[in-house]
Amino acid sequence: MPILLDQIVIQTINGIVTGMILALVASGLTLIFGIMDVVNFAHGELFMLGAYVGVTTIVATGSFWLALLVATVVIGLLGAIIQVTTLRPLLGRDPLTTILATFGLSLVLQNYALWQFGPVARKIPEPFTGHFSLFYLDYPWYRLVIAGLSAAIIGALWLFLKFGTYGIWIRATTQDRVMASAMGIPVPWVHTAVFAIGAGMAAASGVLFGPLVGVNHAMGLDWVLKAFIVVVVGGMGNLGGSIAAAIFVSLLEAYASLWVSPAQAVIVSFVVLILTLLFRPTGLFVPTPK
Amino acid sequence: MSGGASPATPLVTVEGIHTYYGKSHILHGVSLEVGPGEVVGLLGRNGVGKSTTLKTVMGLVRPSQGEVRYEGGTITGLAPHRLARLGIGYVPEDRRIFRLLTVMENLRTGLDRTGVDDQRKQALLDKVYQYFPVLADRRNQAGGTLSGGEQQMLAIARAMMLEPKIILLDEPTEGLMPRMVTQIRQIIEALHREGVAILLVEQNVPLTLEACQRIYLMEKGMVRHQATAAALRADAAVIHQYMGV
Repeated sequence: MPILLDQIVIQTINGIVTGMILALVASGLTLIFGIMDVVNFAHGELFMLGAYVGVTTIVATGSFWLALLVATVVIGLLGAIIQVTTLRPLLGRDPLTTILATFGLSLVLQNYALWQFGPVARKIPEPFTGHFSLFYLDYPWYRLVIAGLSAAIIGALWLFLKFGTYGIWIRATTQDRVMASAMGIPVPWVHTAVFAIGAGMAAASGVLFGPLVGVNHAMGLDWVLKAFIVVVVGGMGNLGGSIAAAIFVSLLEAYASLWVSPAQAVIVSFVVLILTLLFRPTGLFVPTPK
Repeated sequence: MSGGASPATPLVTVEGIHTYYGKSHILHGVSLEVGPGEVVGLLGRNGVGKSTTLKTVMGLVRPSQGEVRYEGGTITGLAPHRLARLGIGYVPEDRRIFRLLTVMENLRTGLDRTGVDDQRKQALLDKVYQYFPVLADRRNQAGGTLSGGEQQMLAIARAMMLEPKIILLDEPTEGLMPRMVTQIRQIIEALHREGVAILLVEQNVPLTLEACQRIYLMEKGMVRHQATAAALRADAAVIHQYMGV
């Protein structure tokens, strides 16, 4: 089957849309890893719970945008609570303990969602249903809005990290936790805040992505797996690298699905992951190791 | 201070601290005092526990026994960020510049505190830029791109942003060329004139004898001898015994 230009354009747009959502999930994950060396296996569940909080808010108020805001804040607070109660006591221990703790959390949160919301997928309605024609397709505007909003959120995070006092605190703590503390930066609270920010961003992605897939208790699994691939490919803890890798991997998958089914296209991500680990273990998008 | 006696109310008192790294016993009951505005040296060979003493004062390692007091109150076990806010500045041996932060951002880690208005911030910056003009030239450059000597200046300037009452200064001249050593010497003097106390760990004996009023000599995790700098200048044998020079 010959590949046509229109298919390539469509898949490029699809790839960028998925890539931006993935970047939003992955940037929280990489920020958390970078600053406290915690591999957060519960990140997908924060994404999923965010979507559920979104569903609940929409049912109650009918407003998608309010749902986005409420989910971000509520899950951000939940993230802060999780960090203080579960991860803070483990700081400085073997990384395995935090992996086990967050993995345990993910099981708890997933089963909580199953118990609370049941096995039937909920639907978040698209905030607007307009389409534009893209070759033979009616392409929903909403998908482009997702990409734009994700980019805006990531951009805001970048500005915050780059110019704010708290952004400097976060970057200083990421680079040297001990020296940051000796400079008077309240490192334990910086960790809590970063975890909350990461959780809030995961929740926002859950709400944004909800209309495309339907919300269920296991929706976090696929995403967290892909987010992990992206974080490793982009260089652990490297924010810019993760964003680039999210778009790169999503584009590759989108193009691959021109030939094979989308389910098989996932293989491409793993191939990229394995090649990265073999040849550039510090990450594809890291110019020089720190 | 010429008599060598400690002032009535010491700024920092370390009393009988024992510190372990895992199972190795590093400090075996170190006691010392630094008075307000006093420059005190801590001499000894490599591995006798000088840096560990500073780290214990800064709260970076917790002593298993003993007490650290600051302005009369006990601070043992307080988190380092609390101690920094109380007025203890720390300049570590390996400088530990935030390499990916610019010079200005490095300074801001200590400058952006609550209760410091913009005018006072600017005055503090002006002061360190006057001491270290090179930092003003490089304020937008990443800390990691500075030379060793410039990084040392940045580390000291960064600690000064906290407006500390005491600076713990760990081997500031290590690996620096002589011109830089002179400059560090002048900075210590300037800080002393401002009334900032300094606890200086050094291998450079002549510099320590010149810069300090009182000196503690350490061996095997203990303070073995203390004297005024003037007395030690006159008694090369003691220095030879503890430093091998």
